[in-house]
Amino acid sequence: MLKSPILFAGALTAALALSHAAKAADPNPRDWDAVLAEAKGQTVYFNAWGGSENINSYIGWAGETLKERFGVEVVHVKLDDTASAVAKVLAEKTAGKNEGGSVDLIWINGENFASMKRQQLLMSPDWTTGLPNWTYVDHENKPTILTDFTIATDGLESPWGGAKMVFFHDTARTPAESMPKSSAELLKWTQDNLGRFSYPQPPDFIGSSFLKQVLIETIADKSKLSQPVTDASFDEDVAPLFAYLDTLHPNLWRGGKAYPQNYPDMKQKLADGELDIIFAFNPSEASAGIAAGELPDTVRSFAYTDGTLGNTHFVAIPYNAAAKAGALVLANFLISPEAQARKQDPSIWGDPTVLSMDKLSTDERAAFDALDLGIATLKPDQLGPALDEPHPDWMERIEGEWLKRYGAAN
Amino acid sequence: MTGGVRLARLAPPLTLAILLGPLAFGLAGTALPALGYLPELGGAGFTLQHFSDLAAVPGIFRSAMLSIVIGLVTTLVALGAVAAFVASDLGSPAFTRMRRMISPLLSVPHAAAAFGLAFLIAPSGMIMRLFSPWATGLDQPPDLLIVNDPLALSMMAGLIVKEIPFLFLVTLAALPQTRHAETMRLGRSLGYGRIASFTLLLWPPLYRQVRLAVFAVVAYASSVVDVALILGPHLPPTLPVRLIDWMNDPELESRFLASAGAVAQLGVTLLALLGWVGFEKTGAFLVRISRDAGRRWRHDAALRIGARTVMVASAAIVFGGIAVLALWSVSGLWQFPDALPSGFSLRSWMQALPRMSGPLATTLAVAGLSTLIALVLTILCLEREYETGRGRGGGALLLIYLPLIVPQISFMFGLQVLSIWLGVDASFPALVLAHLVFVLPYVFLSLSDPWRAHDRRHDLIAAGLGMSRSRTLIAIRLPMLTRAILTAAAVGFSVSVGQYLPTVLIGAGRLTTVTTEAVALAAGGNRRVIGVYAFMQTLLPFLAFSIATGLPGLVFRNRRGLRV
Repeated sequence: MLKSPILFAGALTAALALSHAAKAADPNPRDWDAVLAEAKGQTVYFNAWGGSENINSYIGWAGETLKERFGVEVVHVKLDDTASAVAKVLAEKTAGKNEGGSVDLIWINGENFASMKRQQLLMSPDWTTGLPNWTYVDHENKPTILTDFTIATDGLESPWGGAKMVFFHDTARTPAESMPKSSAELLKWTQDNLGRFSYPQPPDFIGSSFLKQVLIETIADKSKLSQPVTDASFDEDVAPLFAYLDTLHPNLWRGGKAYPQNYPDMKQKLADGELDIIFAFNPSEASAGIAAGELPDTVRSFAYTDGTLGNTHFVAIPYNAAAKAGALVLANFLISPEAQARKQDPSIWGDPTVLSMDKLSTDERAAFDALDLGIATLKPDQLGPALDEPHPDWMERIEGEWLKRYGAAN
Repeated sequence: MTGGVRLARLAPPLTLAILLGPLAFGLAGTALPALGYLPELGGAGFTLQHFSDLAAVPGIFRSAMLSIVIGLVTTLVALGAVAAFVASDLGSPAFTRMRRMISPLLSVPHAAAAFGLAFLIAPSGMIMRLFSPWATGLDQPPDLLIVNDPLALSMMAGLIVKEIPFLFLVTLAALPQTRHAETMRLGRSLGYGRIASFTLLLWPPLYRQVRLAVFAVVAYASSVVDVALILGPHLPPTLPVRLIDWMNDPELESRFLASAGAVAQLGVTLLALLGWVGFEKTGAFLVRISRDAGRRWRHDAALRIGARTVMVASAAIVFGGIAVLALWSVSGLWQFPDALPSGFSLRSWMQALPRMSGPLATTLAVAGLSTLIALVLTILCLEREYETGRGRGGGALLLIYLPLIVPQISFMFGLQVLSIWLGVDASFPALVLAHLVFVLPYVFLSLSDPWRAHDRRHDLIAAGLGMSRSRTLIAIRLPMLTRAILTAAAVGFSVSVGQYLPTVLIGAGRLTTVTTEAVALAAGGNRRVIGVYAFMQTLLPFLAFSIATGLPGLVFRNRRGLRV
């Protein structure tokens, strides 16, 4: 009974000593064979949102494949909020744990990336363009791969998938031709259909995206959005947005006194008949929902004529990750044509690829061409233009403003 | 033999260290950043700035008030229902039936019960579906704010249905120490109604026994996170929910605000407790007035029916909610207003089960080990108390209850920083220790009463026959108390299974349990998946309770005196 604490403390000291001795240079992706050799036997703790069984299965598959081919173990740490992984790395930095951290790879983009980059919590310098599979990545035509919410990625995060805002409705209840084609039309639609639309409460990612979509459509000078907020003109810049919301809110589900939690909650409410129009950041969500028996097969997608928000999501390695080589191998595998084609399959996940079809071999391209994108998924030419994300500063300021105006409405 | 005695002597200080060490370090780890000290984020000095920032947050006072009111109302209704039910039905068949239902009711985790309730009462929920469209004429759910209502009524309902079984269990444990049958008879013979007899004669000594458990309920309800997320108001949410938002904010400076909020939460819970003490005083005053006026309250049928209704309804809600969630876990498309799914599928189970084995193993190992340690420490403490003949001091009992009264959220963050600093985060021993902080009080509380009630004459006879003290413990007392020990183990086990915050923070996402997986998946809001996990989360404690009640009968099948 008395012995165990001493043993415990002894083990602790030994462990600390070991972690100091293990200090070494970061693995270099340009020397890939060395990376593979170092990665073998490592365990990669992949911190990724765990709210979707589809995605969890896909990550499980990637882990099994990695174990088979490269001897790298992948453990999916399921987060309910990506920011908690950021907070974890910070907590480790706070405690002075600069090596052997508990997070090896994070699924990330936007403000979380901006925050980590600014606080220097990421492995640097540029490692992504050194990955062998980077040659397939379509960074020429997909600008959001190099600029994440207007912040230069600088090779500190490796692209994983594309995203674009799309709307869904059930044609059994609402005819396709009555669907709004812009934020202004949406406002009018809610006046005629009281209580049949809502958006997830900010700071939920999808909810904040809705605010940004309206902001882009209503702000007088769009060029301001690529820069951080100017304090002097902020109120004036966002006045149209909040005028829009002030008119919209009484028309919302529950009169705007409660909001759905997130996208899956909206999806459930579409099936429950509580909402008539919902939206997501993944064009194939509706088809995936139909395939899973969560949505009726009469659900269809639509997008705005003048475009909706589009962005890219990434994976990044914290500066103090314990298994950097393993994380590199996983990041590289995730942008392989094989993994990307599987990811785009709606019966698996349905997340759009970040690769360029022109850079693939005939066989690799065939795998993409063979995919059945599903009955409710829009073709690329029907998706409409992709609008750039504003600087993360805007999102933060708008969320704050939203909370101030509506957060204590009751 | 001397070894055993020495161990018992060490047990009380060791137990207190396990309970209070993490608490003290955790609170310090929260208070320092709240005062501005967190060097890695540029907070080197001390300041009160973060508290004034906190006060400037829109709606913060409403959030705090909500938490206080929820703590008080939940406890008042739950305790009132339990007390009135015990008063009116003590000894009746309904009482026995309710008593049998306690274990399964306690097995259902708070979050699962909340999810179940949300689906029962939502405008597109089960009750509405059963009556639509034939009775309501609706083929589209009405736009009514029932779940997440601004007054937190649905949240309080969700808490009340889960606190009732807990308070009922605590009351049952205290009852044998009163002469309840005789006391009630006395009151009745003097012409008082059942509820009046109970309130005037039996309640004062009974309440003294359950008081700390009631405090724990006040504290829990004023600081709960998961139930508030599911059922609570949104604009603004209760204080603990806002704390979690700040802790999760990618703007890392929010950490200071979160820490200040965690300190404020401590104050909020304290205010709720003070409010409760006010209720106690008011209640005692009213009872005295009624007593001195000599009112007999003979016509208390309405109150008695009311209490029985609340008890039955709370059990029905918890069981109904779990049943509906179980149905969701195997359902295909299930649209409003269909009362049943249009198809069934095992897809959710097939997807979830293979990935559940790891978390399941961790759950069992952590719960098993922390319960075992808690049992050993508790038995040694009680044995020490038995030897020294020193009764329980009220102070010592308060210390044991402290981890249940201080809001988890107020010290868990600090504890997380500490565990990382020591380099033991995400390690199995640290997780067991974190669970032990919460398992130990419950095990101690469940076991101490039966232990103290044990008839000392058995030990005297054993000593007379030349048995050593250790031998008496092993050969006489432990076998005779097997049932109580197993019940305490089952309580400890289910407490460990239900732990969310400590597991997430200390397990660092690497050590996951069924509960952390359930909450992560609940973020996706998929009722089918929630159904699978809620079912598993309920099943584990239920098995533990079944073993606790079934095993002694099996082991002692040829010991008539130990059967019940």
